[in-house]
Amino acid sequence: MRELYYSKAVNEALDEELARDPAVVLIGEDIGPYGGAFGVTRELFAKYGPERIWETPISENSFTGLAVGAAMLGVRPVVEIMFMDFIALALDQLLNSAGKLHYMYGGQVKVPMVLRTPGGAKGGYGPSHSQMLSNLLVGIPGLKIVAPSNAAQAKGLLKSAIRDPNPVIVIENKRLYPQKGEVPSDDDFTLPLDRAVVVSPGTDLSLFCYSAMTPVCVAVKNAFLQTGVNLEVVDLVSLQPLDTETLFASLRKTGRAVIVEEACLTGGVGAELSALFAEHCLDSLDAPIVRVAAKDVPIPSSLALEKLVLPQPEDIIAAVKENLAY
Amino acid sequence: MPDFLDMYRRMVLIRTFEETLSDLFGKGVLGGTSHFCIGQEACAVGVIDAARPTDWLVSNHRGHGHLLARGLDTAKVMGELMGKIIGYCRGRGGSQHLCAMDKCFLGTNGITGGGIPIATGAAFALKYQKTDRIAIVFFGDGASNQGTFHESLNIASLWKLPVLFVCENNLYGMSNPTAKSCASGTIAPRAAAYAMPGAAHDGFDVQTVYDAASQAIARIRQGGGPELLELMTYRFCGHSKNDPRVYRTREEEEEMRQHDCIAVLEQKLPALGYDQETITQTALSARQEVAQAAETALAAPTGGLADATQGVFA
Repeated sequence: MRELYYSKAVNEALDEELARDPAVVLIGEDIGPYGGAFGVTRELFAKYGPERIWETPISENSFTGLAVGAAMLGVRPVVEIMFMDFIALALDQLLNSAGKLHYMYGGQVKVPMVLRTPGGAKGGYGPSHSQMLSNLLVGIPGLKIVAPSNAAQAKGLLKSAIRDPNPVIVIENKRLYPQKGEVPSDDDFTLPLDRAVVVSPGTDLSLFCYSAMTPVCVAVKNAFLQTGVNLEVVDLVSLQPLDTETLFASLRKTGRAVIVEEACLTGGVGAELSALFAEHCLDSLDAPIVRVAAKDVPIPSSLALEKLVLPQPEDIIAAVKENLAY
Repeated sequence: MPDFLDMYRRMVLIRTFEETLSDLFGKGVLGGTSHFCIGQEACAVGVIDAARPTDWLVSNHRGHGHLLARGLDTAKVMGELMGKIIGYCRGRGGSQHLCAMDKCFLGTNGITGGGIPIATGAAFALKYQKTDRIAIVFFGDGASNQGTFHESLNIASLWKLPVLFVCENNLYGMSNPTAKSCASGTIAPRAAAYAMPGAAHDGFDVQTVYDAASQAIARIRQGGGPELLELMTYRFCGHSKNDPRVYRTREEEEEMRQHDCIAVLEQKLPALGYDQETITQTALSARQEVAQAAETALAAPTGGLADATQGVFA
């Protein structure tokens, strides 16, 4: 199978869906000839032109609301929010419109829009350009949320998101854009929006992770293999809804859970997962759940400080050892 | 030539509808709150009659007038406000979140200024799909201070979208007078910043509203790009049902009542060829329609668990 950069996989998904469905349009800042801040939409403007690629003024709330209104009348907009931190500016239209309209209008309307945005820290971007804000979004009813961790997921999930009749948030990751992975060349390759994936089966403890933490957890697993410990790595993939069937099955198999995420510790995906495990799998737990997450502080600009705030492989290793020692 | 008698009928319908709501609140039949447009009926009827039934409408929290002016089923609107299953949204939306796709009514909206980008997006879709339909959005003077107003007018103008922005300036954003909230005093001059036509008109005279909207809509439909229409009006009632109106004087209200849009039209109808008996019967039939709608809605059942908890995703 061929290998693609994560960013190219996103680009290919957009390209194929633009070609497949004339209702698909792209909306966002600098996504035209410039190709987007991270080059994800490169060459699409040249290929599809201003009729399909709509470069907006810097007006996140209104172009997100515009996408909602257009989607209600049958357009399929794919919105790019340049940095996930900027989603704050579009939050009203996400939580008061996109997520609610189908329900609150009694099923009369659908909102088939996608909002893609890169979260996570890439090294020195600082407090307003580095956050993983999954915790901000998972409490909003009516939004599907996925966080691809590799190039194949980046392509397959985005294509499914574009074809889905509901608003879907695709959380990409700046640190993953330049990473390569195998991607099927089938232009109808899609992945389900609601399934977790056991990336690497194991027996002794389950590492639950998503987005850029997944390759880190795989590396940690490989390090532990040399010591005779076999960790299972489970990629959440979908943050809303959580695929509890797959997640519970893993925990019930290994009896131990370490949850790893790049978002802040408090009130997020890891917290929700911990609560679900406590509610539904308590009898299977051989040790207290351990969470590894970003510290509850803004992401500092200094590379040295950033490293101290974000979860590092050593933190995950320490968490695994703590859990296993219980 | 517009159908002035039917305009009159719907203006009476809207006013009676809201007066009836006021009674129903008093009897404890309605929950939550409601924002009445008593005094502003000519704005809704004049603009909506200037549009085609296939042009899309987006409204705000003060939307009963727009809904009834468009000709939605009165009992289904009443039912929605009472939270009944016969309501347009099965009781999930209520007054501020009421949508009727079969009437090209894209919804009222409970977030001040929230509907402005949605209407801009609807106009985007209509242009993208190469139709000659347009979108019309109603909002108040208060919403014109939201970022969405400025952002959306800018985008609509840049992209020449077929959308009519209608600001019903009733002089108060809840309790805050425009003198304290709007640096330019009125809203229409803001259109110049976004390179689109914008003018203020008398919102008490339905013919003036109709004429101004007709001209704007004709230009928009021909591809002239968006326009801003400011309608100077007044709500005789409070902002919402429990508003003691401490921010304005009873004298001011009395002075404004001299311009009541229903009375203004009523005085014009004889000259337009309608006799007093016809006028009286028309008003009576509108009132009867509201009474019948209230009766139907009161008798209707509410939804069950599935209506409360299902249907979040399509």
